[in-house]
Amino acid sequence: MKKKIQLLLFSLFFFSISFAQDATSLLKKVREKLDKVDDYEATGIMKTNVSFLKVPEASVTVYFRKPDNLKIKNDKGISLVPKGAVSLSLNKLLKGNFTAIDGGADVIQNTKIKIIKLLPADDNADIVLSTLYIDESRLLILKARTTTKESGTYEVEMNYGKYILYALPDKVIFTFNTKDYKLPKGITFDYDDGSKKKTENAVSDNKGKVEISYSSYIINKGLPDAVFK
Amino acid sequence: MWKLLQIELFKIFRRPRTYISFAAIAAMILIIQLGLKFDGKSYLQLLMSGISESFYVPFDMILNGYLVAFVILNTLLIQVPLLIALVAGDVVAGEANMGTLRLLVTKPVSRTELMIAKYLASVVYTVLLLIWMALLALFLSMLFFGTNDMIIARNEVMEQISRNDVLWRYIAAFGYAAVALSTVAALAFLLSVFAENSIGPIVSTISIVVVLTILSEMKIPLYDNTVKPYLFTSHMLAWKGFFYSKSNGDGQAISGSIENLPAILRSLGILLSYIVLFVSAAIIVFKKKDILS
Repeated sequence: MKKKIQLLLFSLFFFSISFAQDATSLLKKVREKLDKVDDYEATGIMKTNVSFLKVPEASVTVYFRKPDNLKIKNDKGISLVPKGAVSLSLNKLLKGNFTAIDGGADVIQNTKIKIIKLLPADDNADIVLSTLYIDESRLLILKARTTTKESGTYEVEMNYGKYILYALPDKVIFTFNTKDYKLPKGITFDYDDGSKKKTENAVSDNKGKVEISYSSYIINKGLPDAVFK
Repeated sequence: MWKLLQIELFKIFRRPRTYISFAAIAAMILIIQLGLKFDGKSYLQLLMSGISESFYVPFDMILNGYLVAFVILNTLLIQVPLLIALVAGDVVAGEANMGTLRLLVTKPVSRTELMIAKYLASVVYTVLLLIWMALLALFLSMLFFGTNDMIIARNEVMEQISRNDVLWRYIAAFGYAAVALSTVAALAFLLSVFAENSIGPIVSTISIVVVLTILSEMKIPLYDNTVKPYLFTSHMLAWKGFFYSKSNGDGQAISGSIENLPAILRSLGILLSYIVLFVSAAIIVFKKKDILS
Protein backbone atom coordinates (compact mmCIF):
# COMPACT_ATOMS: atom_id res chain seq x y z
CA MET A 1 0.00 0.00 0.00
CA LYS A 2 2.80 2.37 0.99
CA LYS A 3 4.60 1.59 -2.26
CA LYS A 4 1.42 2.34 -4.24
CA ILE A 5 1.10 5.75 -2.60
CA GLN A 6 4.76 6.49 -3.27
CA LEU A 7 4.25 5.48 -6.90
CA LEU A 8 1.19 7.70 -7.19
CA LEU A 9 3.01 10.72 -5.67
CA PHE A 10 6.00 10.10 -7.93
CA SER A 11 3.70 9.95 -10.96
CA LEU A 12 1.99 13.19 -9.97
CA PHE A 13 5.36 14.90 -9.47
CA PHE A 14 6.63 13.52 -12.78
CA PHE A 15 3.53 14.73 -14.65
CA SER A 16 3.65 18.20 -13.11
CA ILE A 17 7.30 18.55 -14.15
CA SER A 18 6.58 17.30 -17.64
CA PHE A 19 3.62 19.76 -17.93
CA ALA A 20 5.86 22.62 -16.81
CA GLN A 21 8.42 21.53 -19.36
CA ASP A 22 5.67 21.39 -21.99
CA ALA A 23 4.61 24.91 -21.10
CA THR A 24 8.17 26.19 -21.13
CA SER A 25 9.02 24.54 -24.44
CA LEU A 26 5.79 25.86 -26.01
CA LEU A 27 6.64 29.36 -24.83
CA LYS A 28 10.13 28.93 -26.24
CA LYS A 29 8.67 28.05 -29.65
CA VAL A 30 6.25 30.99 -29.52
CA ARG A 31 9.09 33.30 -28.57
CA GLU A 32 11.21 31.98 -31.48
CA LYS A 33 8.37 32.82 -33.83
CA LEU A 34 8.02 36.31 -32.36
CA ASP A 35 11.80 36.73 -32.64
CA LYS A 36 11.55 36.60 -36.43
CA VAL A 37 10.49 40.23 -36.21
CA ASP A 38 13.23 42.67 -35.24
CA ASP A 39 11.16 45.74 -36.00
CA TYR A 40 8.04 46.81 -37.81
CA GLU A 41 6.10 49.84 -38.87
CA ALA A 42 2.38 49.19 -39.14
CA THR A 43 -0.46 51.41 -40.25
CA GLY A 44 -3.97 50.97 -38.97
CA ILE A 45 -7.17 52.43 -37.60
CA MET A 46 -7.52 52.91 -33.87
CA LYS A 47 -10.90 52.94 -32.17
CA THR A 48 -11.17 53.99 -28.54
CA ASN A 49 -14.16 52.94 -26.49
CA VAL A 50 -13.99 54.41 -22.99
CA SER A 51 -17.07 55.62 -21.12
CA PHE A 52 -15.64 59.10 -20.46
CA LEU A 53 -13.89 59.63 -23.80
CA LYS A 54 -15.60 60.58 -27.01
CA VAL A 55 -12.94 60.42 -29.69
CA PRO A 56 -13.14 59.82 -33.43
CA GLU A 57 -11.46 56.92 -35.22
CA ALA A 58 -7.79 57.65 -35.75
CA SER A 59 -5.31 56.65 -38.44
CA VAL A 60 -2.27 55.49 -36.52
CA THR A 61 1.20 54.21 -37.24
CA VAL A 62 2.59 51.71 -34.77
CA TYR A 63 6.36 51.36 -34.50
CA PHE A 64 8.04 48.41 -32.81
CA ARG A 65 11.67 47.54 -32.31
CA LYS A 66 13.23 44.80 -30.23
CA PRO A 67 13.36 44.27 -27.35
CA ASP A 68 10.29 46.22 -26.29
CA ASN A 69 10.20 49.64 -27.94
CA LEU A 70 6.66 50.40 -28.99
CA LYS A 71 5.25 53.73 -30.13
CA ILE A 72 1.76 54.57 -31.38
CA LYS A 73 1.51 57.79 -33.39
CA ASN A 74 -1.58 59.46 -34.80
CA ASP A 75 -0.81 60.52 -38.37
CA LYS A 76 -3.20 63.48 -38.48
CA GLY A 77 -3.94 64.44 -34.91
CA ILE A 78 -3.93 63.43 -31.28
CA SER A 79 -4.37 59.95 -29.86
CA LEU A 80 -4.69 59.13 -26.21
CA VAL A 81 -2.91 55.81 -25.83
CA PRO A 82 -3.58 53.62 -22.78
CA LYS A 83 -0.43 53.29 -20.71
CA GLY A 84 -0.58 49.52 -20.48
CA ALA A 85 -0.86 49.13 -24.25
CA VAL A 86 2.66 50.40 -24.68
CA SER A 87 4.36 49.08 -21.59
CA LEU A 88 3.01 45.54 -21.82
CA SER A 89 4.20 44.12 -25.12
CA LEU A 90 4.16 40.38 -25.69
CA ASN A 91 7.91 40.36 -26.22
CA LYS A 92 8.37 41.97 -22.84
CA LEU A 93 6.07 39.42 -21.24
CA LEU A 94 7.92 36.46 -22.74
CA LYS A 95 11.41 37.82 -22.09
CA GLY A 96 10.79 38.22 -18.38
CA ASN A 97 12.00 35.91 -15.64
CA PHE A 98 8.99 33.77 -14.75
CA THR A 99 7.69 30.33 -13.95
CA ALA A 100 5.35 28.87 -16.55
CA ILE A 101 2.45 26.72 -15.39
CA ASP A 102 0.14 24.71 -17.59
CA GLY A 103 -3.39 26.04 -17.11
CA GLY A 104 -5.25 23.49 -19.22
CA ALA A 105 -7.08 23.93 -22.50
CA ASP A 106 -9.95 26.01 -23.83
CA VAL A 107 -11.51 27.26 -27.09
CA ILE A 108 -11.04 30.85 -28.28
CA GLN A 109 -11.94 32.25 -31.72
CA ASN A 110 -13.15 28.70 -32.60
CA THR A 111 -9.63 27.44 -32.02
CA LYS A 112 -8.42 24.98 -29.41
CA ILE A 113 -5.90 26.74 -27.28
CA LYS A 114 -3.55 25.98 -24.44
CA ILE A 115 -3.61 28.14 -21.35
CA ILE A 116 -0.28 28.99 -19.79
CA LYS A 117 0.09 31.02 -16.65
CA LEU A 118 3.24 33.02 -16.03
CA LEU A 119 4.29 33.77 -12.47
CA PRO A 120 7.07 36.36 -12.20
CA ALA A 121 10.12 35.22 -10.24
CA ASP A 122 10.71 38.74 -8.91
CA ASP A 123 8.49 39.47 -5.89
CA ASN A 124 8.77 43.20 -6.55
CA ALA A 125 7.61 42.99 -10.17
CA ASP A 126 4.51 45.02 -11.02
CA ILE A 127 3.01 42.05 -12.86
CA VAL A 128 1.29 39.63 -10.51
CA LEU A 129 0.13 37.06 -13.04
CA SER A 130 -0.07 36.71 -16.81
CA THR A 131 -2.27 34.20 -18.55
CA LEU A 132 -1.55 33.37 -22.17
CA TYR A 133 -4.01 31.63 -24.48
CA ILE A 134 -1.86 29.97 -27.13
CA ASP A 135 -2.83 28.28 -30.37
CA GLU A 136 -0.42 25.36 -30.10
CA SER A 137 -0.63 24.27 -33.72
CA ARG A 138 0.16 27.71 -35.20
CA LEU A 139 2.30 28.93 -32.27
CA LEU A 140 0.26 32.09 -31.87
CA ILE A 141 -0.84 33.96 -28.78
CA LEU A 142 -4.56 34.63 -29.27
CA LYS A 143 -5.16 36.31 -25.94
CA ALA A 144 -3.12 37.51 -22.98
CA ARG A 145 -4.46 38.65 -19.64
CA THR A 146 -2.10 40.40 -17.25
CA THR A 147 -2.85 41.44 -13.71
CA THR A 148 -0.66 44.16 -12.25
CA LYS A 149 -0.27 45.54 -8.75
CA GLU A 150 -0.76 49.17 -9.70
CA SER A 151 -3.06 49.32 -12.72
CA GLY A 152 -5.44 46.40 -12.46
CA THR A 153 -5.96 43.89 -15.25
CA TYR A 154 -5.11 44.29 -18.93
CA GLU A 155 -6.33 42.00 -21.66
CA VAL A 156 -5.04 41.81 -25.21
CA GLU A 157 -6.87 39.81 -27.84
CA MET A 158 -5.37 39.26 -31.27
CA ASN A 159 -6.80 38.17 -34.60
CA TYR A 160 -4.35 37.01 -37.23
CA GLY A 161 -4.53 37.12 -41.01
CA LYS A 162 -2.09 38.26 -43.68
CA TYR A 163 0.96 38.48 -41.40
CA ILE A 164 0.44 35.22 -39.54
CA LEU A 165 3.89 33.93 -40.52
CA TYR A 166 5.46 36.70 -38.43
CA ALA A 167 2.90 36.27 -35.64
CA LEU A 168 1.74 39.83 -36.27
CA PRO A 169 -1.97 40.40 -35.79
CA ASP A 170 -4.40 42.08 -38.19
CA LYS A 171 -6.44 43.26 -35.25
CA VAL A 172 -5.64 43.87 -31.59
CA ILE A 173 -8.26 44.54 -28.94
CA PHE A 174 -6.83 45.93 -25.75
CA THR A 175 -9.08 46.03 -22.68
CA PHE A 176 -7.96 47.83 -19.54
CA ASN A 177 -9.12 49.31 -16.25
CA THR A 178 -9.95 52.99 -16.05
CA LYS A 179 -10.58 55.31 -13.17
CA ASP A 180 -13.65 57.48 -12.73
CA TYR A 181 -13.62 60.81 -14.48
CA LYS A 182 -15.68 63.72 -13.30
CA LEU A 183 -14.99 67.45 -13.21
CA PRO A 184 -16.96 69.98 -11.16
CA LYS A 185 -19.56 71.79 -13.24
CA GLY A 186 -18.17 75.07 -11.88
CA ILE A 187 -14.97 74.42 -13.81
CA THR A 188 -16.39 73.17 -17.09
CA PHE A 189 -19.51 75.40 -17.27
CA ASP A 190 -21.23 72.71 -19.33
CA TYR A 191 -24.25 73.42 -21.44
CA ASP A 192 -27.02 71.39 -19.85
CA ASP A 193 -29.18 70.26 -22.76
CA GLY A 194 -31.10 67.75 -20.67
CA SER A 195 -29.58 64.73 -22.43
CA LYS A 196 -27.90 61.76 -20.81
CA LYS A 197 -24.34 62.77 -20.11
CA LYS A 198 -22.37 59.53 -20.29
CA THR A 199 -21.52 57.98 -23.64
CA GLU A 200 -24.30 55.46 -23.90
CA ASN A 201 -22.58 52.86 -26.05
CA ALA A 202 -19.23 52.85 -24.34
CA VAL A 203 -17.86 49.79 -22.56
CA SER A 204 -19.13 49.44 -18.99
CA ASP A 205 -17.75 51.79 -16.35
CA ASN A 206 -14.15 51.38 -15.22
CA LYS A 207 -13.33 49.31 -18.33
CA GLY A 208 -11.86 50.76 -21.47
CA LYS A 209 -11.24 49.22 -24.85
CA VAL A 210 -8.88 50.20 -27.64
CA GLU A 211 -9.02 48.37 -30.94
CA ILE A 212 -6.38 48.67 -33.66
CA SER A 213 -7.07 47.17 -37.08
CA TYR A 214 -3.85 46.98 -39.06
CA SER A 215 -3.86 47.39 -42.82
CA SER A 216 -0.16 46.90 -43.56
CA TYR A 217 3.18 46.11 -41.96
CA ILE A 218 6.70 46.96 -43.04
CA ILE A 219 8.78 44.28 -41.34
CA ASN A 220 12.52 44.18 -40.53
CA LYS A 221 13.48 47.26 -42.52
CA GLY A 222 15.05 49.05 -39.56
CA LEU A 223 13.73 52.02 -37.59
CA PRO A 224 15.65 55.11 -36.40
CA ASP A 225 15.93 55.91 -32.68
CA ALA A 226 14.13 59.21 -33.25
CA VAL A 227 10.84 57.36 -33.79
CA PHE A 228 10.75 56.17 -30.18
CA LYS A 229 11.60 59.52 -28.57
CA MET B 1 -34.62 103.12 -40.84
CA TRP B 2 -31.16 102.73 -42.39
CA LYS B 3 -30.47 106.45 -41.82
CA LEU B 4 -31.64 106.17 -38.22
CA LEU B 5 -29.40 103.17 -37.69
CA GLN B 6 -26.43 105.05 -39.13
CA ILE B 7 -27.08 107.95 -36.77
CA GLU B 8 -27.32 105.62 -33.77
CA LEU B 9 -24.14 103.81 -34.78
CA PHE B 10 -22.40 107.16 -35.17
CA LYS B 11 -23.48 108.08 -31.64
CA ILE B 12 -22.19 104.77 -30.22
CA PHE B 13 -18.84 104.79 -31.97
CA ARG B 14 -18.26 108.51 -31.38
CA ARG B 15 -17.98 107.87 -27.63
CA PRO B 16 -14.55 106.85 -26.31
CA ARG B 17 -16.17 104.50 -23.79
CA THR B 18 -17.30 102.24 -26.65
CA TYR B 19 -13.69 101.38 -27.36
CA ILE B 20 -13.02 100.47 -23.73
CA SER B 21 -14.75 97.16 -24.44
CA PHE B 22 -12.56 96.44 -27.45
CA ALA B 23 -9.43 97.32 -25.48
CA ALA B 24 -10.58 95.29 -22.46
CA ILE B 25 -11.27 92.24 -24.61
CA ALA B 26 -7.89 92.52 -26.34
CA ALA B 27 -6.14 92.84 -22.96
CA MET B 28 -8.00 89.88 -21.43
CA ILE B 29 -7.39 87.65 -24.43
CA LEU B 30 -3.68 88.49 -24.60
CA ILE B 31 -3.27 87.86 -20.88
CA ILE B 32 -5.01 84.47 -21.12
CA GLN B 33 -2.94 83.54 -24.18
CA LEU B 34 0.26 84.56 -22.42
CA GLY B 35 -0.71 82.62 -19.30
CA LEU B 36 -1.51 79.49 -21.30
CA LYS B 37 1.69 79.84 -23.34
CA PHE B 38 3.79 79.69 -20.18
CA ASP B 39 1.69 77.58 -17.84
CA GLY B 40 -0.89 75.90 -20.06
CA LYS B 41 0.42 72.46 -19.18
CA SER B 42 -0.49 72.89 -15.50
CA TYR B 43 -4.00 73.93 -16.52
CA LEU B 44 -4.33 70.85 -18.71
CA GLN B 45 -2.89 68.59 -16.03
CA LEU B 46 -5.61 69.79 -13.68
CA LEU B 47 -8.33 69.21 -16.26
CA MET B 48 -7.02 65.82 -17.35
CA SER B 49 -5.74 64.47 -14.04
CA GLY B 50 -8.22 61.57 -14.11
CA ILE B 51 -7.25 60.65 -17.65
CA SER B 52 -3.48 61.00 -17.45
CA GLU B 53 -3.41 58.19 -14.87
CA SER B 54 -4.57 55.68 -17.49
CA PHE B 55 -3.42 57.31 -20.74
CA TYR B 56 -0.37 58.94 -22.23
CA VAL B 57 -1.56 62.49 -22.70
CA PRO B 58 0.39 64.60 -25.23
CA PHE B 59 -0.17 67.92 -23.43
CA ASP B 60 1.93 69.92 -25.89
CA MET B 61 -0.28 68.78 -28.79
CA ILE B 62 -3.52 69.30 -26.88
CA LEU B 63 -2.56 72.88 -25.99
CA ASN B 64 -3.25 74.24 -29.47
CA GLY B 65 -5.01 77.29 -30.89
CA TYR B 66 -8.43 75.65 -31.01
CA LEU B 67 -8.34 74.71 -27.33
CA VAL B 68 -6.96 78.10 -26.30
CA ALA B 69 -9.81 79.82 -28.19
CA PHE B 70 -12.31 77.58 -26.39
CA VAL B 71 -10.81 78.40 -22.99
CA ILE B 72 -10.94 82.12 -23.83
CA LEU B 73 -14.56 81.95 -24.94
CA ASN B 74 -15.43 79.90 -21.87
CA THR B 75 -13.97 82.63 -19.67
CA LEU B 76 -14.97 85.72 -21.63
CA LEU B 77 -18.51 84.87 -22.59
CA ILE B 78 -19.29 85.28 -18.90
CA GLN B 79 -17.58 88.69 -18.76
CA VAL B 80 -18.61 90.04 -22.15
CA PRO B 81 -22.26 90.63 -21.14
CA LEU B 82 -20.90 93.27 -18.80
CA LEU B 83 -19.26 95.05 -21.73
CA ILE B 84 -22.42 94.76 -23.78
CA ALA B 85 -24.43 96.31 -20.93
CA LEU B 86 -22.01 99.22 -20.91
CA VAL B 87 -23.26 100.35 -24.31
CA ALA B 88 -26.77 98.90 -24.56
CA GLY B 89 -27.68 100.27 -21.12
CA ASP B 90 -26.67 103.69 -22.28
CA VAL B 91 -28.52 104.02 -25.60
CA VAL B 92 -31.70 105.50 -24.12
CA ALA B 93 -30.70 106.44 -20.56
CA GLY B 94 -27.54 108.17 -21.82
CA GLU B 95 -29.60 110.46 -23.99
CA ALA B 96 -32.04 111.11 -21.15
CA ASN B 97 -29.08 112.05 -18.98
CA MET B 98 -27.67 114.41 -21.61
CA GLY B 99 -31.08 115.93 -22.24
CA THR B 100 -31.15 115.04 -25.92
CA LEU B 101 -33.93 112.46 -25.67
CA ARG B 102 -36.76 115.01 -25.62
CA LEU B 103 -35.25 116.68 -28.67
CA LEU B 104 -34.91 113.33 -30.40
CA VAL B 105 -38.57 112.39 -30.04
CA THR B 106 -39.67 115.70 -31.53
CA LYS B 107 -38.22 114.57 -34.88
CA PRO B 108 -40.66 113.22 -37.48
CA VAL B 109 -39.82 109.61 -36.73
CA SER B 110 -42.05 107.21 -34.85
CA ARG B 111 -40.90 106.17 -31.39
CA THR B 112 -41.06 102.53 -32.47
CA GLU B 113 -38.66 103.13 -35.36
CA LEU B 114 -36.39 105.10 -33.11
CA MET B 115 -36.28 102.30 -30.54
CA ILE B 116 -35.74 99.60 -33.15
CA ALA B 117 -32.86 101.61 -34.63
CA LYS B 118 -31.33 102.04 -31.18
CA TYR B 119 -31.58 98.33 -30.42
CA LEU B 120 -30.20 97.36 -33.83
CA ALA B 121 -27.25 99.69 -33.23
CA SER B 122 -26.58 97.84 -29.95
CA VAL B 123 -26.74 94.54 -31.83
CA VAL B 124 -24.26 95.81 -34.43
CA TYR B 125 -21.92 96.83 -31.61
CA THR B 126 -22.34 93.37 -30.03
CA VAL B 127 -21.57 91.60 -33.31
CA LEU B 128 -18.52 93.78 -33.94
CA LEU B 129 -17.27 93.03 -30.43
CA LEU B 130 -17.72 89.31 -31.13
CA ILE B 131 -15.89 89.55 -34.46
CA TRP B 132 -13.06 91.33 -32.66
CA MET B 133 -13.09 88.56 -30.08
CA ALA B 134 -13.08 85.87 -32.78
CA LEU B 135 -10.13 87.47 -34.53
CA LEU B 136 -8.09 87.63 -31.35
CA ALA B 137 -9.27 84.51 -29.53
CA LEU B 138 -9.39 82.15 -32.48
CA PHE B 139 -7.12 83.35 -35.24
CA LEU B 140 -4.41 84.85 -33.02
CA SER B 141 -4.41 81.68 -30.90
CA MET B 142 -4.14 79.58 -34.07
CA LEU B 143 -1.14 81.68 -35.02
CA PHE B 144 0.53 81.50 -31.57
CA PHE B 145 -0.28 77.91 -30.64
CA GLY B 146 -0.79 76.18 -34.01
CA THR B 147 -3.65 73.82 -34.76
CA ASN B 148 -4.38 70.19 -33.98
CA ASP B 149 -7.31 68.10 -32.83
CA MET B 150 -9.36 69.85 -30.19
CA ILE B 151 -9.95 68.17 -26.84
CA ILE B 152 -12.42 69.77 -24.46
CA ALA B 153 -13.34 68.77 -20.94
CA ARG B 154 -16.96 68.35 -19.99
CA ASN B 155 -18.46 67.46 -16.67
CA GLU B 156 -18.41 63.68 -17.23
CA VAL B 157 -16.82 63.18 -20.61
CA MET B 158 -13.92 64.43 -22.67
CA GLU B 159 -14.62 65.30 -26.30
CA GLN B 160 -12.09 65.09 -29.09
CA ILE B 161 -12.81 66.82 -32.40
CA SER B 162 -10.65 66.28 -35.48
CA ARG B 163 -8.86 69.43 -36.55
CA ASN B 164 -10.68 69.56 -39.90
CA ASP B 165 -14.00 69.37 -38.05
CA VAL B 166 -13.45 72.38 -35.78
CA LEU B 167 -13.75 75.63 -37.73
CA TRP B 168 -17.40 75.31 -38.76
CA ARG B 169 -18.23 74.65 -35.10
CA TYR B 170 -16.58 77.94 -34.14
CA ILE B 171 -18.51 79.80 -36.83
CA ALA B 172 -21.76 78.30 -35.51
CA ALA B 173 -20.74 79.01 -31.90
CA PHE B 174 -19.94 82.66 -32.64
CA GLY B 175 -23.24 82.98 -34.49
CA TYR B 176 -25.05 81.59 -31.47
CA ALA B 177 -23.05 83.79 -29.09
CA ALA B 178 -24.17 86.82 -31.11
CA VAL B 179 -27.80 85.92 -30.36
CA ALA B 180 -27.00 85.19 -26.69
CA LEU B 181 -25.26 88.51 -26.21
CA SER B 182 -28.02 90.31 -28.11
CA THR B 183 -30.35 89.01 -25.40
CA VAL B 184 -28.23 90.74 -22.78
CA ALA B 185 -28.24 93.84 -24.99
CA ALA B 186 -32.06 93.64 -25.13
CA LEU B 187 -32.27 93.42 -21.33
CA ALA B 188 -29.95 96.40 -20.86
CA PHE B 189 -31.91 98.24 -23.54
CA LEU B 190 -35.19 97.60 -21.70
CA LEU B 191 -33.77 98.75 -18.36
CA SER B 192 -32.31 101.78 -20.10
CA VAL B 193 -35.82 102.99 -20.90
CA PHE B 194 -36.69 103.28 -17.21
CA ALA B 195 -33.65 105.28 -16.16
CA GLU B 196 -32.53 108.87 -16.42
CA ASN B 197 -28.83 107.99 -16.38
CA SER B 198 -26.92 104.99 -17.68
CA ILE B 199 -25.37 103.79 -14.40
CA GLY B 200 -28.65 102.26 -13.19
CA PRO B 201 -29.38 100.06 -16.25
CA ILE B 202 -25.72 99.01 -16.62
CA VAL B 203 -25.39 97.92 -12.98
CA SER B 204 -28.86 96.33 -12.98
CA THR B 205 -28.11 94.32 -16.14
CA ILE B 206 -24.79 93.14 -14.74
CA SER B 207 -26.44 92.15 -11.44
CA ILE B 208 -29.27 90.27 -13.17
CA VAL B 209 -26.87 88.41 -15.48
CA VAL B 210 -24.52 87.48 -12.61
CA VAL B 211 -27.31 86.29 -10.28
CA LEU B 212 -29.08 84.31 -13.01
CA THR B 213 -25.78 82.79 -14.22
CA ILE B 214 -25.08 81.57 -10.69
CA LEU B 215 -28.59 80.13 -10.50
CA SER B 216 -28.11 78.46 -13.89
CA GLU B 217 -24.86 76.82 -12.85
CA MET B 218 -25.94 75.56 -9.43
CA LYS B 219 -27.55 72.17 -9.13
CA ILE B 220 -30.51 72.55 -6.80
CA PRO B 221 -33.29 70.01 -7.50
CA LEU B 222 -36.00 72.44 -6.38
CA TYR B 223 -35.60 74.69 -9.39
CA ASP B 224 -33.55 72.50 -11.77
CA ASN B 225 -36.68 71.52 -13.68
CA THR B 226 -38.90 74.42 -12.75
CA VAL B 227 -37.15 77.80 -12.93
CA LYS B 228 -33.81 76.95 -14.57
CA PRO B 229 -35.06 75.91 -18.03
CA TYR B 230 -36.71 79.34 -18.39
CA LEU B 231 -33.76 81.51 -17.37
CA PHE B 232 -32.12 83.03 -20.43
CA THR B 233 -28.71 82.56 -18.79
CA SER B 234 -29.26 78.76 -18.86
CA HIS B 235 -29.43 78.96 -22.65
CA MET B 236 -26.57 81.37 -23.20
CA LEU B 237 -24.09 78.51 -22.86
CA ALA B 238 -25.67 76.54 -25.71
CA TRP B 239 -22.90 77.71 -28.05
CA LYS B 240 -20.92 74.92 -26.45
CA GLY B 241 -23.39 72.41 -27.81
CA PHE B 242 -21.78 72.86 -31.23
CA PHE B 243 -18.63 71.25 -29.82
CA TYR B 244 -20.42 68.17 -28.49
CA SER B 245 -20.44 65.34 -31.07
CA LYS B 246 -22.67 62.31 -31.41
CA SER B 247 -21.12 58.89 -30.91
CA ASN B 248 -21.71 55.70 -32.89
CA GLY B 249 -22.40 52.16 -31.68
CA ASP B 250 -18.72 51.63 -30.80
CA GLY B 251 -18.53 54.82 -28.74
CA GLN B 252 -16.61 56.73 -31.46
CA ALA B 253 -17.28 60.42 -31.99
CA ILE B 254 -18.92 61.04 -35.37
CA SER B 255 -17.18 63.80 -37.30
CA GLY B 256 -19.45 66.63 -38.44
CA SER B 257 -22.23 65.70 -36.01
CA ILE B 258 -23.86 67.66 -33.19
CA GLU B 259 -24.93 65.72 -30.11
CA ASN B 260 -28.21 67.51 -29.51
CA LEU B 261 -29.11 70.02 -32.24
CA PRO B 262 -32.82 70.18 -31.27
CA ALA B 263 -31.79 71.30 -27.76
CA ILE B 264 -29.57 74.04 -29.22
CA LEU B 265 -32.37 75.19 -31.51
CA ARG B 266 -34.78 75.18 -28.57
CA SER B 267 -32.32 77.31 -26.58
CA LEU B 268 -31.95 79.60 -29.58
CA GLY B 269 -35.74 79.91 -29.77
CA ILE B 270 -35.93 80.80 -26.08
CA LEU B 271 -33.25 83.49 -26.45
CA LEU B 272 -35.00 84.95 -29.50
CA SER B 273 -38.26 84.98 -27.53
CA TYR B 274 -36.53 86.90 -24.74
CA ILE B 275 -35.17 89.39 -27.28
CA VAL B 276 -38.64 89.93 -28.72
CA LEU B 277 -40.09 90.23 -25.20
CA PHE B 278 -37.47 92.70 -23.91
CA VAL B 279 -37.44 94.87 -27.04
CA SER B 280 -41.26 94.89 -27.34
CA ALA B 281 -41.56 95.83 -23.65
CA ALA B 282 -38.99 98.58 -24.15
CA ILE B 283 -40.89 99.95 -27.15
CA ILE B 284 -44.26 99.82 -25.35
CA VAL B 285 -42.88 101.53 -22.24
CA PHE B 286 -41.06 104.14 -24.33
CA LYS B 287 -44.14 104.88 -26.41
CA LYS B 288 -46.17 105.55 -23.27
CA LYS B 289 -43.39 107.37 -21.51
CA ASP B 290 -43.76 111.00 -20.67
CA ILE B 291 -40.31 112.27 -21.57
CA LEU B 292 -39.31 115.08 -19.29
CA SER B 293 -35.55 114.98 -19.68
